[in-house]
Amino acid sequence: PRLCNGGLDDGPDFLSEEDRGPRAVNVDLQTDATLQVDISDALSERDKVKFTVHTKSTLPNFKQNEFSVVRQHEEFIWLHDSFVENEDYAGYIIPPAPPRPDFDASREKLQKLGEGEGSMTKEEFTKMKQELEAEYLAIFKKTVAMHEVFLCRVAAHPVLRKDLNFHVFLEYNQDLSVRGKNKKEKLEDFFKNVVKSADGVLVAGVKDVDDFFEHEKTFLLEYHNRVKDASAKSDRMIRSHKNAADDINRIASSLYTLGTQDSTDLCKFFLKVSELFEKTRKIEARVAADEDLKLADLLKYYLRESQAAKDLLYRRSRALVDYENANKALDKARAKNRDVLQAETSQQLCCHKFEKISESAKQELIDFKTRRVAAFRKNLVELAELELKHAKGNLQLLQSCLGILKGNT
Amino acid sequence: MFPQHRNVVVAQTQTFCVISLESNPQTSSEPASLPAEDISTNSNGPKQDSLFDDDPEDLFAEATEEVSLDSPERDVLLSDGPSPAITPITPPTSVITPCIGHAHDDMFTHSSFDEIEEEEGGDSFDMHISVSDPEKVGDGMNAYMAYKVTTKTSMSLFKRNEFSVKRRFSDFLGLHSKLASKYLHIGYIVPPAPEKSIVGMTKVKVGKEDQSSNEFVEKRRSALERYLMRTVKHPVLLKDPDVLQFLESSDLPRAVSTQALSSAGLLRMVNKAADAVNKMTIKMNESDAWFEEKQQHFENLDVQLRKLHASVESLVCHRKELSVNTAQFAKSAAMLGNSEDHTALSRALSQLAEVEEKIDQLHQDQANADFYLFSELLGDYVRLITAVKGVFDHRMKTWQKWQDSQMLLQKKREAEAKLQFTNKPDKLQQAKDEIKELEGKVQQGERDFEQISKTIRKEVSRFEKERVKDFKTIIIKYLESLVQTQQQLIKYWEAFLPEAKAIS
Repeated sequence: PRLCNGGLDDGPDFLSEEDRGPRAVNVDLQTDATLQVDISDALSERDKVKFTVHTKSTLPNFKQNEFSVVRQHEEFIWLHDSFVENEDYAGYIIPPAPPRPDFDASREKLQKLGEGEGSMTKEEFTKMKQELEAEYLAIFKKTVAMHEVFLCRVAAHPVLRKDLNFHVFLEYNQDLSVRGKNKKEKLEDFFKNVVKSADGVLVAGVKDVDDFFEHEKTFLLEYHNRVKDASAKSDRMIRSHKNAADDINRIASSLYTLGTQDSTDLCKFFLKVSELFEKTRKIEARVAADEDLKLADLLKYYLRESQAAKDLLYRRSRALVDYENANKALDKARAKNRDVLQAETSQQLCCHKFEKISESAKQELIDFKTRRVAAFRKNLVELAELELKHAKGNLQLLQSCLGILKGNT
Repeated sequence: MFPQHRNVVVAQTQTFCVISLESNPQTSSEPASLPAEDISTNSNGPKQDSLFDDDPEDLFAEATEEVSLDSPERDVLLSDGPSPAITPITPPTSVITPCIGHAHDDMFTHSSFDEIEEEEGGDSFDMHISVSDPEKVGDGMNAYMAYKVTTKTSMSLFKRNEFSVKRRFSDFLGLHSKLASKYLHIGYIVPPAPEKSIVGMTKVKVGKEDQSSNEFVEKRRSALERYLMRTVKHPVLLKDPDVLQFLESSDLPRAVSTQALSSAGLLRMVNKAADAVNKMTIKMNESDAWFEEKQQHFENLDVQLRKLHASVESLVCHRKELSVNTAQFAKSAAMLGNSEDHTALSRALSQLAEVEEKIDQLHQDQANADFYLFSELLGDYVRLITAVKGVFDHRMKTWQKWQDSQMLLQKKREAEAKLQFTNKPDKLQQAKDEIKELEGKVQQGERDFEQISKTIRKEVSRFEKERVKDFKTIIIKYLESLVQTQQQLIKYWEAFLPEAKAIS
C-alpha cells in the first residue's frame, strides 16, 4: 500500500513493520475471506485526509467482489454514531471511533521552520526539515492505522458486518454528504453524556444479581481509569525521550562544526564522535517512535475500547432499570386492574430487551478480554524485541566507535 | 586613564627576579650561564580576568595592580621574604639586571621555563588531588562548607607522599586570586576558580538537607577538585608557594577580599566595565600573524563550545525529565497490572513496571554522567578560554604601555631639543634625566612585550596539548558510560521478553 501525502518521501524503515497485512497493530483480528477491508491509500490535503477504503468480499450483498471508495474522517464518525444510536446494537461493544487526524502541531512546526530558515545553516535546516517531515509522516501513518482498525473491527463483528450503513459506507462511491454535527447536535450529545454519567452513578450503585456482570462492572470502572493514567504517563515518557533525541541531534551538529574548525588532533576525534551521535540519535528517535506505537497507542486504544465496554454495561443497566420499572408498573396495573394488557406487553418487551442485551453483552465482554490479552501480548513482545534490537544497535555503534577512538589516541 | 606614571617610579624599587646561584643542571638551553630576568610584577592598567584579587587596604589595587612587597597581604602569607615568580628567559638582546631572590626549596634555582619543563621529565608529574568529605561548619548565615583536600604524590617537591588539609570555598577563591594577580598579566593562563553561587550556598547554610542542596554541594566539590588538578598540572603554578601552602599548610589565613558584596567586589565590577571599554580602544599593529590567528581560533572555539554546552545542558535536563516520567509510568503500569483480571497479563504488566523502574534509575545515572563528564568539561573550558582571551588582552595592554612610553619619550626629546635654544641649564638637565629614565622604560616595555609574547606562545601550546588530552580522555569516558547504559538496557529487556511471551 502506497501512502502518498503531498510528495513527502517514505523512508524504508517506517514501512517494514507496518505494511504486512492489515495494519491492525492494536487488535488481533481474524481475517475472514468473506469480507476484508483495508485502507489502501491516503492523501493528505490542506486540512483533511482522504482515505481510500478498499474492500474484497464474496458476500452477495455487494455488486462486485473488489472495489474502492474515498472517505473522509467525518464519514467514519457518521458510521460509528449510527451504530451507537441503533437500538438493535445495544448489546454489543461498538468499536471506538478513530480520533480526528491532527496535523496542527506538526504543520505549525513546519511553518515555524520555514520562517526561521534564514537563521540557521543549510545543513541544520535540511536536517530539521527531514525530521519534521518524518514526524508528519509518522502521525499520518498512525491516523491511517487507527481508521483502518475501526473498519476491520466492524468487518470482523458477526452482526455489525451486516449493517446496511456499513455496506453503503464501503460501496457507495459518491460523497455520503454527512456533515459533522452542528453546534446544536454537539450540545445535545454533551447533555446526553452528562445524563448518562449521572445515571451511570445511579445505575452503578445497583448491585447486580449476576456475578459475572457485577465483576465486570467493578473491573471495567477501575481498569478504564488506570489505562487512562498509564496512557497519559506513557505519552509524557515518550515525549521526554524524543526531546533527548533532539538534543543529541544538536550535539552532533555542534561537534561536527567543532571538528571542521579545530586545528589539533581533536578535529578527527570530534568528527568521529559527531558521526556516532548522528547515528545513535536516529536510533533513539526510533526507540521513541516504537514505544509510541507499541505502548502508547496500545494504551490509547484500550482506553477507548474500555469506554465502549463501559457504555455497553451502562446500556444493560438502563435496560435492567427499565425492566424493573416495567415490573413495578405491571404490579400497579394489576392492582388497579387498569391497562393490564398494555403493562404486560411493555414488561415483556423490556424483559426481552434486557435478556437479549445480557446475552450478547456477556459474549462481547469475554471477546473483549480475549482481544485485549492477545493485543497486549503481541505488543509487549514486539516492544521488548524492538527495544532489544535498538539497544544492541546502539551498543554496537558505541563500541565500534570507542575502538577506533581508543586505537588512535 | 590609568596612573601610569606612578608605576614608573615604583617599578624601579620593587622588582625582583630569580637568579641561579648554584650551578645549574646542564639542561639550560640558553647560551648565557646566568640567566635571570628582571620582572616587575606590577603592570598598570586595570585588572585581568580574575575577579577576586585585591588588597582591602589599598582601594586602588584594582587600578594599578600593584602588588607591593610591603603590602600586609603578602606579609601574612609568606614565610620567607618575597617569593619569586618563575619567569622565562629573556631574548638575548635585552638588558639583564641581576638581583637577589629567595627560593622555596631548591626548585627555584631554575629560572628558565625550558629547564622547568625538562625538569618535569626527571620528576614527572605524578600527583593526585581529591576534594572530599564536605562538612557543614557553624550555623545559619555564617555557616560554611569545609572540604578535605587530600594530595597524593611521589614528587620531591613535597615533604610527604600523602597529606590532607581542610579548606573552605573562599580559600580556593583566595588562592586563585593570588595566582591571578601574580601570573595573568605576564601571560600565564591561570585556571579560573569555580563560580560563586549565592542562591546555592544560602540553601545549604539555611540547612535544607534535600536533594537539590546535596546536588549543589556535590557539583561544587567536583568543580573544586577539577580546579585544583588543573592548577597543579601547570608546571609553573605547581611550584608557586601559595599553591604549596594551600595544599600543605594546616592553617590558612582567611581570604576576606573574596566576598562578592564587599566594597572591593563593587570596585571590581566597576573596573571590569572600564576594562571592557578600554579593550575596544586599543588598536594594536599586530606584526605577528600567529597571535591574530590564535585569537581568532579561540574566538571561534568559544562560540562553538558555548553552543555545545547549551545543548548538553538541555540533554541533561531532558534526561532527568525522562527519568522522572519513566518512574511515574512504572507506577502507573503497576497499578494497571493490579487491576488487570487476566492472571498472566497482570503478571507481565507488573514485570513491565519493574523493568521501567530499573530503567528510570538508569536514566538518572546517565543524566549524571551527561552532566559531570560532558557538561562540566565544556563549562570548564568555556571559562578557561575566557582566561586565555584575558592573557591575549594583557599582551595588548603591555604593547600599549610600551607604545605610550615611546610616545612620551618622543615628546620629551622634542621638548629637550627646544630647551637647547633657551638658557635654562637646570631645566635642560632635568629634561635629559627624564629622557634617560624614559629610555630605560621604553626598553623595559619592549622586553616586557617580547616576554609576554613568548610566554603566551608557550602557554597556548601547553594549553592546546592539555585541551586535546582532556577532551579525548573525558569524551571516551563519557562514551563508556553510554555503553554501560545500553548494556544494562539489554539485560533488562532480555529478562522481560520471556515474561511477555508467557502471556497466554
